[in-house]
Amino acid sequence: MSGTPAGTAAPDRVHRFVEHVMGLPISLALRGRHADSAEGRRAWSDVMAELAEVDRVFSTYRPDSFVSRLGRDEVCLEDGPPEVAEVLTLGARAERESGGSFAVRRLGPEGRTVLDPSGVVKGWAVERASRRLDALEATDYCLGAGGDLQCRTLDAATAPWRIGIEDPYEPSRLVAQVPVRTGAVATSGTAHRGAHLVDARTGRPPAGVASVTVIGRSLTWADLDATAAYARGRDAARWLGTRPGRSGLVVWADGTTTLVGPSA
Amino acid sequence: MRRIVIWFASTLTVVVLLFGYHTSTNSPGTPAAASAPAATAPTSGSSSAAPSSSPTPSASSIGSTSDATRTTTGPVVQTRWGPVQVELTTQGRKLTDVQVVQYPNGNSKDAEINDYALPVLVKDTLAAQSANIDMVSGATVTSTGYLQSLQAALDDAGL
Repeated sequence: MSGTPAGTAAPDRVHRFVEHVMGLPISLALRGRHADSAEGRRAWSDVMAELAEVDRVFSTYRPDSFVSRLGRDEVCLEDGPPEVAEVLTLGARAERESGGSFAVRRLGPEGRTVLDPSGVVKGWAVERASRRLDALEATDYCLGAGGDLQCRTLDAATAPWRIGIEDPYEPSRLVAQVPVRTGAVATSGTAHRGAHLVDARTGRPPAGVASVTVIGRSLTWADLDATAAYARGRDAARWLGTRPGRSGLVVWADGTTTLVGPSA
Repeated sequence: MRRIVIWFASTLTVVVLLFGYHTSTNSPGTPAAASAPAATAPTSGSSSAAPSSSPTPSASSIGSTSDATRTTTGPVVQTRWGPVQVELTTQGRKLTDVQVVQYPNGNSKDAEINDYALPVLVKDTLAAQSANIDMVSGATVTSTGYLQSLQAALDDAGL
C-alpha cells in the first residue's frame, strides 16, 4: 500500500535521529547514501554540537549567556560572537517587514523592555546547522526542531518529504499535510506552551488565530514570518499573502482554516 | 517529469480546489487564492494526459467505505495561471495520491514564484495517518511536551 505514484523512484529507507538541546527535541530524518553511515552520524553530531553552542550564546534561560548579559547591559554587542549581531540584524529586518508585530526588544510583563531574540534564533540556528548536512553526498535530509524544519531533496525524481501540520487544538492529529522537496516549514501558535507569543505592538497575545504555518525556502524566514503573522491575529492570512515566495496555512481560533498562496 | 512540474508549477490553487469544499475558507483575511473554488468550471471528465490505471468512477470519493482503489478526476478550473485539473486516488477512505493532470503553461517566472505547494487539508477520515508523514510541524514542541507529540511517535517508529 504505497503512496508512491508510478514514475517516481521508491523512497530510500529513512533513518532517524533524536536528541534534545535548547529545551527542544531535535529530529533528523536521513535517506540515501549516508542515512546510516559513519559520515552521516558524524554530521548529526556536528549539527547537535552547533545547536548546543548557539544555546550557550543565545539562551534567555541561561543568566550567563551572552544574550542575557547583553540584555542587562553588562556587555557590548562588539564583545560577542558576530552571530549575535547577525541575529539582531535579522530581528530588526523582521520588525520592519512585519510592521512591528514582531520585535526582539519589546515590553516585558513588568513594563520593562526585554531583549528576547529567541523568535529569530530557533529558525536561524536550525537552518544554519542544516548546512552541516549539505556535505553529505547523495543524501536527503529533513531536520526538525520543536516543530520547525528544513529539508533537502537532491534528486527531483525522489518523492518529496511529507510534512504533517499539527492541529493546534488537538496536537495528536494533523490538520494538513504538505509535500516539500527542498525548503522549510515553520509553525507558530500556542498549542504546547500556552500564550507565550505576543503582538509586539501591544504586548498582548493576538486574537482570532490559533496557528500559522509558513512554507518557504529558508527556515529563518519561514519561522520569522510564521511568528509575525501569528502576532497579527485576524490579519495573519492577509499579511502572509503579501510575503514573497511563501505558502502557508492559518488555523483560526474558531477552527476554520485559510490557505495562503505565494504572492505573485 | 510530470511530478517535477507538479511541485514547481502552481499546485496552490489545485489543492484549494480539492479540499476547499470541505473547509471553511471564509475567514477574515481570506486571500485571493483561497477563494479559487468560486471559479470552478463545470467541465469534468478524463484528461488526455491522465495515465489512469484504475476504474474511474466520478463523484466524491472520500466518503467511500470500501477498500477499492478509486480515481476521481476533478473539473477543469480556470486559475490566474491557466486551466488546472487534478486527479485524486483513494483507497477506501484514504487519500493515497493527488496528481495534476492539467496544469497551466505558465512562464518560468510563475514556476519560480510558485515554488512551494499549498498544504493539503486533512479531513477526519484522513487524520492521524502519521505513518504517511516524515516530519511534523507544529507550534513549538518543548522537550517536556515531546513525548506526547506526533513527532515522537514518528521518531520511535523509525528507531
